[in-house]
Amino acid sequence: METTESTKTLYTAKDFKSDQYVRWCPGCGDYAVLNSLQKVMADMGVAPDDIAVISGIGCSSRLPYYSSSYGFHTIHGRAAAVATGVKVANPKLTVWQITGDGDCLAIGGNHFIHSVRRNVDLNVLLFNNQIYGLTKGQYSPTTKKGFVTKSSPFGTIERPFRPAELTFGARGTFFARLLDVDLKTAQLCMTAAAKHKGTSVVECLVNCVIFNDGAHSWISEKETRADRIIVLEDGQPMIFGKDRNKGLVLDGFNLKAVTIGENGITESNLLVHDATCQDSTIHMKLAMMEGPELPIAMGVIRDVEEETYDEAVVTQIAEVQAKSKVKTFDDLIATCEQWEM
Amino acid sequence: MDNTKKTELDNVVVRFSGDSGDGMQLTGTLFSNLSAILGNEISTFPDFPSEIRAPQGTLGGVSGFQVHLGSSKIYTPGDDPDVLVVMNPAALKVNAKAIKKGGIIIFDSDTFSKSGFEKAGFTTENPFEELNISETIQLIPAALSTLTQSSLEGFGFDNKTILRSKNMFALGLICWLFNRPIDQAIHFLTNKFGKKPTILQANVKVLTDGFNYGNNLHLSISTYMVEKSHDTPKGKYTSISGNKATSWGLIAAAQKAGLELFLGSYPITPATDIMHELANRKDMGVKVVQAEDEIAGITSAIGASFAGDLAATSTSGPGLALKSEAIGLAVMAELPLVIIDVMRGGPSTGMPTKTEQTDLLQALYGRNGESPAVVMAAGSPDDCFHYAFMACKIALEHMTPVILLTDAFIGNGTALWKLPTLAELPEIKPNYVKPGMEGCKVTARNEETKVRYWSVPGMKGFAHRNGGLEKDYETGCIATDPINHEKMVNTRQVKVDYISNYLPDLKVEGNADADMLVIGWGGTHGHLMSAVNAMNNSGKKIALAHFNYINPLPKNAVEVIQRYKKVVVCELNSGQFATFLRSQVPGVEFLQYNKVQGQPFTVDELENDFSELL
Repeated sequence: METTESTKTLYTAKDFKSDQYVRWCPGCGDYAVLNSLQKVMADMGVAPDDIAVISGIGCSSRLPYYSSSYGFHTIHGRAAAVATGVKVANPKLTVWQITGDGDCLAIGGNHFIHSVRRNVDLNVLLFNNQIYGLTKGQYSPTTKKGFVTKSSPFGTIERPFRPAELTFGARGTFFARLLDVDLKTAQLCMTAAAKHKGTSVVECLVNCVIFNDGAHSWISEKETRADRIIVLEDGQPMIFGKDRNKGLVLDGFNLKAVTIGENGITESNLLVHDATCQDSTIHMKLAMMEGPELPIAMGVIRDVEEETYDEAVVTQIAEVQAKSKVKTFDDLIATCEQWEM
Repeated sequence: MDNTKKTELDNVVVRFSGDSGDGMQLTGTLFSNLSAILGNEISTFPDFPSEIRAPQGTLGGVSGFQVHLGSSKIYTPGDDPDVLVVMNPAALKVNAKAIKKGGIIIFDSDTFSKSGFEKAGFTTENPFEELNISETIQLIPAALSTLTQSSLEGFGFDNKTILRSKNMFALGLICWLFNRPIDQAIHFLTNKFGKKPTILQANVKVLTDGFNYGNNLHLSISTYMVEKSHDTPKGKYTSISGNKATSWGLIAAAQKAGLELFLGSYPITPATDIMHELANRKDMGVKVVQAEDEIAGITSAIGASFAGDLAATSTSGPGLALKSEAIGLAVMAELPLVIIDVMRGGPSTGMPTKTEQTDLLQALYGRNGESPAVVMAAGSPDDCFHYAFMACKIALEHMTPVILLTDAFIGNGTALWKLPTLAELPEIKPNYVKPGMEGCKVTARNEETKVRYWSVPGMKGFAHRNGGLEKDYETGCIATDPINHEKMVNTRQVKVDYISNYLPDLKVEGNADADMLVIGWGGTHGHLMSAVNAMNNSGKKIALAHFNYINPLPKNAVEVIQRYKKVVVCELNSGQFATFLRSQVPGVEFLQYNKVQGQPFTVDELENDFSELL
């Protein structure tokens, strides 16, 4: 939604907090995402009355109650479809869709891929804690293979989904990844998502302290994080590491981590991130990176422009209306083959 | 003109039958429309297989279209045909039982060959004798294929294209048989093929040759006259199918309410034509999302409703099952929503192209929790407009999901429809929040009607959180307090019950002092009314109470039913409405007449049953 510079300064995060007590478990990663969201909403300058926050079912889907905007806590898995209806009904609204790895990728998988395929202008926060929290600890479609949960007492035998792969498979135009404890990247991702026209999928890696504590500990430990993640920035060389001396290069068809200054590598040898590249091949490679050989990609991985579904609905109606003489119901009646009795 | 006799009839039934690619639907539609323009009452019903193109000439591929013409009010497409047009032996075999004694069969003698008989499973070369009907019918053979070929000689078409026009030869022949000038048919064809002059010219040529062929037959068969109807109320009319009428009812309601119309839907027989029609009405600003599944169809509509559109979803039985949980959300969130179920034969995939009334209990009760929704049903194709409009009005004014039941029979069938104007339709006033109510809770409601006030995203000062969790009556916050939950359950029920105050009284048709009351609901009105009228005309005393509003029932329903000593509930299921009425109307023994064959009632079978009961 269009905002003017003057309105942008009008809000603080507090204006986007509802009067409801936030009821996530102490230490839950969802708190950090909520706080980042409210900060980003304030920065974007869209009034709470012009925002709709739509969720499905699950721990994260309680979020609309904590937002002072319009909110709708719907049914399991259907947030993407409800949000599609909201945006098509009123394209002027800013629509945030709140969903989790179970809600979005298990019961709601179909709606997820189709809303991404249509490129409806939605900002999707996909809370991925790799577990079912609200039903008390069953494995989800993103749980690592072999992980022991209440419904997989001998370890899961399922191959997990990777949300980025699904998003790109559904021809997604935007994918970003954030980590609950990294507020700066979180806000960067959400801001970019809000600005992107089309379905912006933001995978939020969140920690479930009760049922899957430490699922993201490989990258969440402060001391080692800088060496284990890379925060991608459009137009910038792919540099990471505590000492900012590591980078990514292409080795054949694969990505490879290198150290600047070793084997003659300089910064100019590194790949430069292009989030706007239509071809998603490199975006996919980046999103699929795993440790310890490669850093986990964070930030905005893909951000390309395409016509949105909701815009196309409006455009097509306008085109037909411009050519048609039928403007009212009575005009419509007049088009009938009709006779006097 | 020839000297053929003319017989005047009050009404006549014609059935066109052939391969599903033979163009029988078009032929039937053209014939019924031109008859309506000449002043007849009309009612039609297509009966097609679910296969798009079954193997040619086989029983599975037979597609039919029945037309009932009348010089006085007619209510149904008729039971058995007086005239049957068959394009091949398979069509004859499928319809042989139906043809009336003394009826006429026009058949394409070119297809009545050894291979045609084999495909249709005839074991001899005289199918009429084999079917044991040769004594009781009159035959008009016409070598439709050969005649069409010679008619189009010189047009330079390939044989396949030529044979596609043989339905026009049959139409010409039928126009002759019914003393119909073909000008009107030519006018229709001009509208349809105006942009393809060669095709138009060819069709007109074949049509004309068909008509002249009849004229020159000098058969001993009498032709028919069906005079203009004089009891049809004066006015402008068109012929409309139930599904189109439903679509237009939604469009009219949106305009009347000053809202944009949103349809979320997924293709499903026999409801898809509603989505087709609305997708084609971008001129009226209709937004149609062809969703990825039935659930997304309804949930996108719920989202659109939350955001302030008049939202609807269209489906059939299996789709309604998939939408159950979402209907519950609309009940809980108290959002306006129209769910149209064009019922078909079930359970499961059942018989997709056939008609039934077997979704009533699903519509009433098919949800988790105490989940009251409005349930109503349209009675005829033209009626679908009114009830679709009223479904929207009730949904918007009472903040509730409304399930409108139609069925394959009235959805695909057509009837005369008196054209309305927007001005003559009732006002629709959604129950919006009012200025000064800023900051009100999501559960704020009119304490008399229990209708929640509607505010939508974008309205300043009304931001709220809605959802499927139980809410506190006062604060609108999520709540699990036991007493509050019961209060909310009761509130949602009272809200739906209160709608009965706005419903028209249940009418009694036929003889009000009757010895027996026939009860029906939805798409069976035509057959029940015809049977009741016929019984009363023959001196019996019988009444009809036909329901369009089922939940809630009209306020006088209980009193009306209790007035009669004998009550029979007739429906195309195993007794669902009877079951419902037993729970609503004390002290009445409900007799039942049920049929679950995927076919509408016949007037004949109803009369027989009523005679036995009296």
